[in-house]
Parts: sequence; C-alpha cells; structure tokens
Amino acid sequence: MNKKLLRTTRVILASIFFVLITLLLLDFTGTLQRYIGFMAKIQFLPALMALNFAVIIVLILLTLIFGRIYCSVICPLGVFQDVISHIHSLKKKNRFTFKKEIKWLRYGVWVLFIVAMIIGINSFVALLAPYSSWGRIVQNLFQPLYIWINNFFAFLAERADSYAFYSKEVWIRSLSTFVISAVSFLVIGFLAWKSGRTYCNAVCPVGTTLSFFSRFAFFRIHIDENKCIKCDKCTKNCKANCINGKEHHVDYSRCVVCGNCQSVCPKNAITYSHINNKVKKNRDNVSEKANNVNESKRAFLFSSAIIGTTLAIAQEKKKTDGGLAVIEDKKTYKRSTEIVPAGAKSLKNLQNKCTGCQLCVSKCPNDVLRPSSDLLHLMQPVMSFEKGACRPECTACSSVCPAGAITPVTAEEKTSIQTGVAKWVKQNCVVVSNDHNCGNCARHCPSGAIIMVPYIKPDVRNNNGETEIKNSTEALNKQEVRQLMIPTVNESRCIGCGMCEYVCPSRPFSAIYVEGMAVHKNI
Amino acid sequence: MESKNISRREFLKKLGLGVAATSVVAAACSDKQKENAVEGDIPKGKMTYRMNPKTNEKVSLLGYGMMRLPIIQSENTKNAGSARDTDAPIDQEAVNRLVDYAIAHGVNYFDTSPAYCKGKSEHATGIALSRHKRNEFFIATKLSNFAPQTWSYNASVEMFNNSLKELQVDYIDYLLLHGVGMGEDGMQVLHGRYLDNGVLDFLLKQREKGIIRNLGFSYHGDVNVFDYLLSQHDKYHWDFVQIQMNYMDWAYAKQINARNTNAEYLYNELAKLDIPIVIMEPLLGGRLVKMPDAIVKQMKEREPEKSVASWAFRFLGSYDKVLTSLSGMTEMQHLQDNLRTHCPLKPLTEEEKDFLFSIAKQMVEKNNIPCNECQYCMPCPYGLDIPAIFTHYNKCINEGNISESMQDKNYWKARKAFLIGYDRKVPKLRQANMCTGCNECSPHCPQRIAIPVEMQKIDAYVEKIKQNLL
Repeated sequence: MNKKLLRTTRVILASIFFVLITLLLLDFTGTLQRYIGFMAKIQFLPALMALNFAVIIVLILLTLIFGRIYCSVICPLGVFQDVISHIHSLKKKNRFTFKKEIKWLRYGVWVLFIVAMIIGINSFVALLAPYSSWGRIVQNLFQPLYIWINNFFAFLAERADSYAFYSKEVWIRSLSTFVISAVSFLVIGFLAWKSGRTYCNAVCPVGTTLSFFSRFAFFRIHIDENKCIKCDKCTKNCKANCINGKEHHVDYSRCVVCGNCQSVCPKNAITYSHINNKVKKNRDNVSEKANNVNESKRAFLFSSAIIGTTLAIAQEKKKTDGGLAVIEDKKTYKRSTEIVPAGAKSLKNLQNKCTGCQLCVSKCPNDVLRPSSDLLHLMQPVMSFEKGACRPECTACSSVCPAGAITPVTAEEKTSIQTGVAKWVKQNCVVVSNDHNCGNCARHCPSGAIIMVPYIKPDVRNNNGETEIKNSTEALNKQEVRQLMIPTVNESRCIGCGMCEYVCPSRPFSAIYVEGMAVHKNI
Repeated sequence: MESKNISRREFLKKLGLGVAATSVVAAACSDKQKENAVEGDIPKGKMTYRMNPKTNEKVSLLGYGMMRLPIIQSENTKNAGSARDTDAPIDQEAVNRLVDYAIAHGVNYFDTSPAYCKGKSEHATGIALSRHKRNEFFIATKLSNFAPQTWSYNASVEMFNNSLKELQVDYIDYLLLHGVGMGEDGMQVLHGRYLDNGVLDFLLKQREKGIIRNLGFSYHGDVNVFDYLLSQHDKYHWDFVQIQMNYMDWAYAKQINARNTNAEYLYNELAKLDIPIVIMEPLLGGRLVKMPDAIVKQMKEREPEKSVASWAFRFLGSYDKVLTSLSGMTEMQHLQDNLRTHCPLKPLTEEEKDFLFSIAKQMVEKNNIPCNECQYCMPCPYGLDIPAIFTHYNKCINEGNISESMQDKNYWKARKAFLIGYDRKVPKLRQANMCTGCNECSPHCPQRIAIPVEMQKIDAYVEKIKQNLL
C-alpha cells in the first residue's frame, strides 16, 4: 500500500469539506444552502442538539471504525488548525515532540462542558463548540471581506447596468461576539502554529468525546517494531503530539488519523490497519442526552429605553430647496423577552440547542438576526428590527439551522406563528408629538394586526383657551376636521415580525416595538 | 405632405448656414476633418437671438439655468448629480469654465435664485460672471418664496440686496417673483408673499430706478393666480413671464396632473399681451431626455445624429414669443449639445410638431410620475429621497421593468432589476416604505404630485414583488 495514500485522501477530503463549509458560512445570498447545507447538519454538536440520532450514530460508528477522521476531515476548525500548522511546518521541519496528555485540562473542560449543558450556561457551550467557533470566525472576520469583494463587483455591475451582483451592508452585529471570534481566531491559530492539534486534544469537548471511541477504533496507526529504526520521524511529524516513537506507542485518544507519520516513515514501518491489540479498557462512555435546562429569565424593563427618547426629526424650515434630512440610527429596545425566529418554537428551545455557529446570522437577508449579548446566551441569535424586519416571505434561518434550534417552517406556516406582540409607545409616536397622521405601521403590517383609531388630544380647548373635556365623544367632536389616528395592536393577530417597528418614523426609538414571546404560539 | 416639405426646404434656404448645411460642409472636407469628432466644433457667432421688445436687447434663445451647478465629486456624492442634491461644495472652476464657454458661444442669459443649490447658486454665478464685462450678459434672479419667515417686507428687501451683493452687480436685468401659484392656496400665498406686504411695490420702485431692468414672475400651479396677474398687466406692466413649457406640457399638462395648466393656454394668453416668455423645464427635469427606448428609436429614425434633447429645444424655438429657454447644464456635454441645437436653431415644421405631440401622447399613456427632480419637495422631514424614488420608478416603467403579474414573461428579470436597482439608487432608509404621509412635501411640488399617495402606491408594488404576490 502506498504510504502516502492515507494522507493524500485525508487532505483531499478535508480540503473539499473545509472550502465548501466555509463558503456556506460566507454566502449571504442563500443560494449555496440547497446544495451544501447538509455539511452544517453533519457537525457533531449541532446534530446532537438537533437530536439527529442518525448523524450521531454514523459519526460514532465512523470513529469506531476509522478513528477520529471526523476531526481531520469534517470539522472545519480542525482543518483550519491543520492549515496553520502545515504552514509552520513548511518553514520548520520535524518540529513536534511527544507530549503527555494534559489530563486535568482535557477532562476538566469536558466535565465543565457537560455541566454547562445540563445547567444551561449556553454561552459556555457555544464558546467551546468547535464547528461553531469556525462559524463565528468566518461570519465575523471573513464574511466582511467576502461582502466587500462582492460589493466591489456590485459596483462594477452597477456601472455595467447589470444586476448580477447586489451590494450588502457590513456591520458588527454584536461587539462581544465579534471580540470572542477574533480572540478565538488568534488563540486557536497561535496554538496550532506552536503545537498543532493542542486545542483539539486539550480543550475541544467534541474531540474528547470522540476520543472515548477512537481508542477502540477498528483501523488504527501501528508501528512495526521490527521495521522501525527509531529515527523518531513519526514523532517529530505528529501534530497531535501523540506518538512516542522510541517506545512504539501511539495515544489513540489523541490521534486524528492524519497519516503524516505514515507518509514520512523511511522504513514503511507504520501501517494504518486492523491489528488485534490489547488495549486497556477505558472508562465508560458517557451519555450525552440533551438535558432539559432550567434557567432564569431576564427581567429587563424597557422603561430605561424610553427615557431620553427624542424625536430627532429635522423639521427644518424650508428656505432653500434640495438636500436630505439626516436619519438618526435606530436604537435597540431592551426587550423584557427576546424575540427569536419562527421555527424556534420557544426561547428555551433555541437557547438549549443553539451552538452559536452564526450560520443563520450570516444568512439573514434583512439584517434582523444578531448574536445575543446577554452573558448566559452569548452568540445565540436574537431578533431586532433597527435595520430591517423579519419579512414574511423569508425563511432563511429556519432552513439553515443545523442544531434544531430553529426548525424548518414554510413561509405560509410563518404567517401564523406568533413570535411576539407589538406594543405602542405613546410618547414616541409622531402622531402625538408632531401632530400629523402617519399610520406607516398599519400600512405595513403583513397580518393586519394594527388598527388605527381616533386620537383624543389631552387638551381640547374651547375658544377661551379653557380645557373642557367631558367625554370622549365630545372630545372627538371638538377636534379639528383632520382627525388624528393612532395605532392599536390586535394582540391575537400580531406575529411579532417587526415590520411596524422597522418602518416607524420615530427615532432613535420606534414608537411601536415588539416584545418577544417565551413560547411561540400558533394563531 | 408636399407643401410641408417645401416649406422646410425654403426654410433651410433661408437659414443658409443651418446645422444641416454645416454637416454637408464637414462631409465635403478633407481627411483631416474626418479625424475630428463626428460633430465637429461648435460654430461661434451662430447663436439664435430673440429681441426683448421693451429694451431692444438681443437675448440668446438658449439661457443658462444656474440651478444644477456641478459639485466637487467625492465619496459621499455618489448619487448626487449636482449641487442641488447635496451639501458638497460647488465646483467653482467647472462653473467658470462652463460660463466662459457659454458666453464665448453666444449665451447671454443666466438665471439663478437665492434658493438654488441650497442657497449657493447666486454666489457661484456672481463669481463666474464677474470675470466678464457687465454688458456681455443678462442676470435673472428671483425674490424667492419658501418659508413664511422670509415674507416680511424687510426680509424681502434684504433678500434683494443680498442678491445684488452675491451677484456682484448694481442692477438686475430680469427679476422674478418666484413660483407664484404654488402652495395649497395660490392666491393667498401671492397676497401674503408679494402684494399685501408692499414687496411688489418695492420692486416696481426699483424698476423705476433702473435697478431692476425687467420685472416678471415665474408661474407654477394655480391658474387663477396666473390669470389674476395678467389681468393686472396694465397696472404692473410685466416685462416678461416665466412658464413651464415643453411638448408634454403643451397639451397634456392636465393629463399629467389635474392641477397643472396646459402650456398652450399660458403661451397664448401671454402672446395676446405681447409679453416675452422665458421657458423653464424645457426637458421636464431630464424626463424628456431619459425617454423609453421605443420613443428614442422614433426620434433617432428621423434625426439619427441629433440628441433626444434637441427635439425639445427646437420645439420651444419654434414659438416666436419665446425669449429664451432655460437649461440647467451641469456638464460640458449638456452645454455643447444645447449649443449645437441653438447655433442656429432650426425650428420644427408643422409635421414635426405633430410628431412630438404624438410622442407626448405616448408618454402620457406610459403613466410616468411627472417628477422633474426639481428637489423643491426636499428635504423630506423623514429623510426620504423623493426624487430618487420617482426617478427609479419611472426608469423601470421606461425599461419595461414594472410587471403586471407574476405570469409575465420577464417577471423574474424585471423583479430583480427593480429591487436591486432600487437599493442601488435609494438607500434603504430613504425608500418609499418610510413615508409617513405627513404631506410636508406636496405643497412644494410645482407638478402638484400627490407625493404621499404615489409613495404608498410604489411601496405597495414593492411589497407585492418582494413577497411574490403580484
């Protein structure tokens, strides 16, 4: 058997997976989803969260047969480390040594991870999820570059009167998630540069989980003691630091079956095959049932958001013609319950299952989804409507989620899933403050949940300037011919899509905003 | 048909050195000539002039509108065409260049206003013209008419004196009451702005003193105001009147907008009184240049080497009471093209006029929104870019990218062109869906477009194609 076969196969497969899955994360148009969307769904943790047992079983069987090829081929974070490590190895050959397993760290992190899953420290779970780490790195660090390049093409296309490209805004959706991504990129990259697969074998909970199975893998790396000349080349080229060439010992819990050792062995002493070996029984496997999590809900009041809200509308007096009024950016309401997309079923479901990979965020065409900045749920998506609304025809996030945090829904189903309810904030409404009719929220409500009703001014004065309101009918009659109308929300029809909040002219805080529902309802 | 052809031929004979003849000469020239650009140089000294009957001065048939002056281009001015769309500074060097070129080719009428280019037009015009002899040009400016704060007698006198200062002159050749007939109640605005506060009396006095040489008004909108001012001609002796005229507004002003008045009526009323007429919006703010492909084709079949715009100016030049047609020329190409049309101007035959009226009819049937991008509606208090939205919509109509239903053959292509083009031309937060309907805009619209109504129609269409519910 060709001694490079294993390595070559691994490199080719890994390249394909890595490039495609990165493209899937970069793509903001949603076109690749149909073809390679499955690549996110075969990732270990997301599949586990989605209770996708078929995938879990296949992955475990794969490990039991071939060893940790998942880590070498399927996991993009693993391949990313191989790329970094390989670049360093080009400059400095034979740079690895055998190192002992860092047990306290490896199993300590693993135990903490399981505990975090059980008690619902979702941000910690998401932080360590390897595929999701890569997703965050791509979405936060690489997608902006991708979009800028796209925008350059869009710029050219515009000159050429072509509609082949359209430009897209680049913005940081959550500073904390951006910083986490940048830090994990640097830390994991640095570790890979220094010593190969350290992160996978000392931190990554998926690596540790799979290591329980890889110890018993049917096919494994073996050193033929008769052929071995103890040149130690295998040790020096093992990026997992798991071969002790002098003693012909391989730590299968850390071996990711990369084939590097085999390809450098001058005596062909290393084989990848099945040989009956006495292997110490290892600890029992640990079951990873998705545990139900109880977690306390935040109880923020939005009142702080209202305080200080001003209508920064340029009621500039016209003296000259032309020009554009400045549009102040909208600010995010502190919602007492966060809004999550239709398909998430409930806030709890999303929080328990989401591994924070940002695939949904990178796909959201309306700039609605962004990672939460709440400490317990960092990196998990929530909706907000400063830059767009959750449009009725779009189901992008529900179709990409690999973890079952957002389950698939059709556009038709979405029209009847209540994710939140709109609330009117009187003091921000332009009808009240600017004294002219608007109704933009009602005009855009896709479910017809906003009903415009007459507004009774608090000070309906008579000719003498005295206030006199006896009852509402009288008040209405007293008012000018041009009746002011204010929006009211029919709670039973509102689906919480945020269209009203997005199109509301009041800035920075909309006069109508959506409060999320902890459990989604079918209406 | 026969007689019409003859009249055309006769006409050519009369003009002798007409554009057609020039091109014949060019064709007969040597190879050296062939190397030059197709159109060749613009002849100097060939400008067509009209006589102002009061002063016996010769006014160039092409007048320079200083409303769309060029700006210094930068990152932020991507979508801005001229100084009226942006805060970017005016490119004074370019203005000077344009003005020099125009004067060298016989243009002598320059029309500005304290309101144009966010108030910067008069200053820039003053700089450019101060470099020329005072008897080489006529200046037209206005007592503008926007916020009621500027309506008082003192504020008006100040505005007038400021115009003299900005323009660096001690007399104004043509002074206009700006945009009479606009507003919800045109008569009321006229009284409030010019009559009741003694402002018009002040202007009449200035005319007696010679500080204003010609006094007139520019008219938009309410025809009662127009009729009233003409009925007072014996009292005020209008030296000229500025109206909106072009082959669309000639007979289809009402079809475009019920509150507008046909230019045919306005022109004839003024002609009866022998009042010289200054034309604004000869190209309807560019809409008579950016025409649907099928219409451009018809024009090019007749005059392959002439621009689409040249038809509009030849139409105006065919009416002898027209003193000058104002064109806001931002770029040198605009100026050169217009000079080619006017040096000298070849009037239309009756048959050609009929052709343009048939074009007008086709345009009306296209249902375009009659926005000229004049920017009077702007700034919208809620930040919408009203003219950009209308322009995009009209462009899509012209290019056949407005669908009737999803069954349309090119629905998906048209949808893409509409939606991607929309985001390119108008930033998301300035699109039609942000219109509150406050109606701050409509009273300022010289075309009397019900802007909020149109906005909501466009928005409804966008929603339909976004959701594929058409």
